[in-house]
Amino acid sequence: MADGSIGLWTVPLAVLGGAIRVSTPFLFVSLGECITERSGRINLGLEGTLVMGAMSAYGISYLTGSPWLGVFAAGITGALLGALHAGICSLPRVNDVAVGIALMLFGTGLAFYLGKPLIEPTAPRLPAIDFGWWSDIPQVRAALRVNVLFLIGVALAPILYWAFRTTRWGLLIRTAGESSDAARAMGHSVLLIRLRATMVGGFLAGIGGSFLSLFYPGSWNEGLSSGQGITAVALVIFARWDPLLCLWASLAFGGAAALGPALQSVGVTSGYHLFNAAPYILTLAIMIITCSPKRTLTGAPAELSITR
Amino acid sequence: MTSEAAESAEAVGTIAPTADPGFLQRHGGAIEYVLIPGAALAGALVVFGIFVMLFGKNPLDLYFYMYQGAFGTWFSWQNTLTRAAPLILTALCTALPAQLGMVIIGGEGALLIGALSATSAALLLQGMPPLVVQIAMVIAGVIGGGLWIMLVGALRQYRGVNETISSLLLVYIALAILNHLVEGMMRDPASLNKPSTREIGAINMIGSIPGTDVHWGLVFGLIAAVAAYILIYHTVFGFAARVAGGNIRAAKIVGLGVSKLILTICFLAGGAAGLAGMVEVAAVQGRTNANLAAGYGFTGILVAFLARQNPLAIIPVAILLGGISASGGLLQRRLGLPDASVLVLQGIIFVFVLASDALYGRIGFLKGKS
Repeated sequence: MADGSIGLWTVPLAVLGGAIRVSTPFLFVSLGECITERSGRINLGLEGTLVMGAMSAYGISYLTGSPWLGVFAAGITGALLGALHAGICSLPRVNDVAVGIALMLFGTGLAFYLGKPLIEPTAPRLPAIDFGWWSDIPQVRAALRVNVLFLIGVALAPILYWAFRTTRWGLLIRTAGESSDAARAMGHSVLLIRLRATMVGGFLAGIGGSFLSLFYPGSWNEGLSSGQGITAVALVIFARWDPLLCLWASLAFGGAAALGPALQSVGVTSGYHLFNAAPYILTLAIMIITCSPKRTLTGAPAELSITR
Repeated sequence: MTSEAAESAEAVGTIAPTADPGFLQRHGGAIEYVLIPGAALAGALVVFGIFVMLFGKNPLDLYFYMYQGAFGTWFSWQNTLTRAAPLILTALCTALPAQLGMVIIGGEGALLIGALSATSAALLLQGMPPLVVQIAMVIAGVIGGGLWIMLVGALRQYRGVNETISSLLLVYIALAILNHLVEGMMRDPASLNKPSTREIGAINMIGSIPGTDVHWGLVFGLIAAVAAYILIYHTVFGFAARVAGGNIRAAKIVGLGVSKLILTICFLAGGAAGLAGMVEVAAVQGRTNANLAAGYGFTGILVAFLARQNPLAIIPVAILLGGISASGGLLQRRLGLPDASVLVLQGIIFVFVLASDALYGRIGFLKGKS
């Protein structure tokens, strides 16, 4: 196999690279949403959080010169939006799905507003680790340029899985999600647990957004996220609220999302837009296959409004 | 803060400060439905004023230009009404399923599919009398959008797929289909920079209401809203839908065909949004391209919630929000605010309106004595 002429192998390689590269925002948003939903609340506003995170990370990285400060700022922004969601939802008779829709519009609008001056300048980006050094083939090297955030996300999934099962906080979150009465009987404030769970969820989603603007695609513009946030929320549902399944599902999604650009690079341009919609079609297809009108989903937190 | 007070007073409409407790007892509920959203709107305007103040703009100028741009002149009124037309229709896409307790937020997708279907119909029927083409466009738009949201309802009813998420996913899929067709099969070779379909032809455009620059789409919207109101509140079908929305088990026990209700309501909801797409093609754009994804579907969600899912209340709310988006241009030119400021304001309004849900039944002086 000669250098640079690997022909159709480009496609699976690019899909593999995409699975690693594109999956990171899906991974962070779905893990964050997993925490929030386990506490019995759904935050559909993570689409807005993702965009706000991307914008604030880019802005802070540009102003301070440190992309890692940008990542941190994105997390804080996300946590604040999460606090806003939880705060409004703690009012009586307020529907969490509707608040999520509102914050989706608000977050995107605010990010576009504040991010107007950021479209032109170039901010310092996050560094990548080269895992492809052993190979001579540029496509392999490109596919294996891995960002640290991806590794953090991959490590986070089993940690969360363990934390839900064994730690005090994990149990409290699950109790609030399964039966708010039980949590209250134990002397805990359900609203406070959900506030914290939503803030942590927002923090992670914000970091997912910082990946979009600081690594891949690696710039700030208004078309940066088109539904990755909402796809990740749907992904949590068919990952059955299991952080490990969230990891696998995110990888599958990253691969699906990379299909369009990969096919384009080998000259298949006809269905470009349709292939770009692959993650959404895949989400819908998996939801159709795995949902059932007869029973609630296994593993669903009992307090979750969306599955009741 | 005089102009702000004027804004809020306008939003609240006529407050009825009367001492007669019987009046409050009888109309307290109705007053609440005006007073609380009005107060939420006023609160959102104040917060937005503070927000622009942080960027060194005078909030009084903001309110003045918003009023000027939305309702200040006959020109701005026409602009407002033109924007209100699709908003009424896309709001129905959320408000009708809400009667059944479903939260559908995919009006944007139905709008795009409706626009594509209507354009296809017009291109197929080139050379026919304009009226025939226009009627075919309406039918195609309604059927295209209707089937799109009916799919959401069917997935919900037969597969248990959450309708909020599936309808939003379908927006992105609809946009992909539109881009695919517009850049491929349906592309007008002459459209170089902005891939578009061929024009439907000036003769087939639906034109303006005589004496104005407001297109006939506004009338479509008004008819649809009134029809939806009559359907929901004055027919057996609407009554059945509201029963099913209140308690799905009770509805099944009394033998209502819930599946049929869901599918029909979803078809009508999507049909309304599809009609909005047809209107945008036949009255504004003249062809289908990516310009159609202008966010009317998303603003429509806000309109529906602000109107508390009432089809008649949608009309004034759509005009109000049409006004806000119409004033965006003036805010950009006179105050140098980014075009996204309209989105920010819409987001703040949405948040306030939802938070104000907590107030119903809690305002002391409206409860009267019982």
